Amino acid sequence: MENRSLVTIANHSKEKILYLLEMAKEFEKRPNRKILDGKVVATLFFEPSTRTRLSFETAVNRLGGRVIGFTDASTTSSSKGETLKDTILMVSNYADLIVMRHYLEGAARYASEVAPIPIINAGDGANQHPSQTMLDLYSIYKTQGTLENLQIYMVGDLKYGRTVHSLLMAMRHFNPTFHFIAPKELAMPEEYKLYCQQHGISYVEHEDFNEDVIAGADILYMTRVQRERFTDLMEYERVKDVYILKANMLKKAKDNMKILHPLPRVNEIAYDVDTDPHAYYIQQARNGLFAREALICDVLGITLDEVKQ
Amino acid sequence: MNENKQALQVAALKDGTVIDHIPTDKLFQVVSLLGIEHMDTNVTIGFNLDSKKLGKKGIIKVADKFFSDEEINRISVIAPNVKLNIIHDYEVVEKKEVCMPDELKGIVKCPNPKCITNNEPMQTWFHVVDKEHGILKCHYCEKEQHKENIKLL
Repeated sequence: MENRSLVTIANHSKEKILYLLEMAKEFEKRPNRKILDGKVVATLFFEPSTRTRLSFETAVNRLGGRVIGFTDASTTSSSKGETLKDTILMVSNYADLIVMRHYLEGAARYASEVAPIPIINAGDGANQHPSQTMLDLYSIYKTQGTLENLQIYMVGDLKYGRTVHSLLMAMRHFNPTFHFIAPKELAMPEEYKLYCQQHGISYVEHEDFNEDVIAGADILYMTRVQRERFTDLMEYERVKDVYILKANMLKKAKDNMKILHPLPRVNEIAYDVDTDPHAYYIQQARNGLFAREALICDVLGITLDEVKQ
Repeated sequence: MNENKQALQVAALKDGTVIDHIPTDKLFQVVSLLGIEHMDTNVTIGFNLDSKKLGKKGIIKVADKFFSDEEINRISVIAPNVKLNIIHDYEVVEKKEVCMPDELKGIVKCPNPKCITNNEPMQTWFHVVDKEHGILKCHYCEKEQHKENIKLL
């Protein structure tokens, strides 16, 4: 059987992305459907990630499937030295699908090669997190009505931020213009700027973050600037308050502009933004449910037509 | 034929393979990559021989052994300009050059300590994404590395 695992969406075609968005939209209309009746989904979290796990488990439950799994590898045989391969093969005996989160990069790719059942990558170290990218795409699509020709502003930690890298790559089909707003130490890495150049994507870099910069945005994608990322703590002290979004910075924002954040936020979005009509980060997390319902169905070979019936 | 004569100075070879123009500092890595220490045929290894091109070079002569392209191309990672002479009945019947393969399995170590290949008993796997500049991309963690910095397994 063809391996339908989802390790990354970086290589997905435009058609495939639009198809999955269409499926997510279908689930938003009616999230509860007994499509997975009789199916068992294993959620293997070798590293804790409560938000992602709850979202996947909710998706399975709303589709009528059952969930097995663990939330922390310290309680499993991998803490006794069992290989990933053995754990995956053992669980494959019981489940129809494995959703896995792992602290090692490439773990999901390897699992997809050894497992007889499909794997969904729910994050492998600093590498890929395709379901987050899918929910980001769905949030953009839903709020803007299209993915084409958008002005996307990425703010904060663009160096280590896995979500901004994946989103950048997934958007390549849709003629975006990116704006990178980050302190020097956390600037967008050269390899991604090169990626933009190779794919004809235009981008602008800013160091300032204020209402005039924000005025052109369709999407403002905020990320967390973490203290531990800085080698120079003086530099951290200098920039930590520069990349904080406050409600008074939104005066010139376009009406359609929405603020996204992969969450959890700490202080990079002030709480006075929460009631602003541009704030979208909480609804964004809800979209994760629909995006994940679509991804689960797709890897199990369930088509959009079958979902609609 | 001058090269061949110099090779003959080391030891005459009736049938087999002469691997020539190996940079001296890579000689023993080439020996190891080809698994020569496990062979039971007659092998001559020349170290620090004079070379017009390289100054000093290494040479390996393996009797009664004809390497597959896959085996030969393993060498390309560390010594891309190596030349091979295939010998039959004391005559060079074919000359080969190594070329960088599209994929490398189980030869090179991934430099990323958080890569699954460094934490699980499994084979490494790299895609050669840029042959000209020698850039390898790990199939698993997707990190890229330059050929200059590689470590062999």
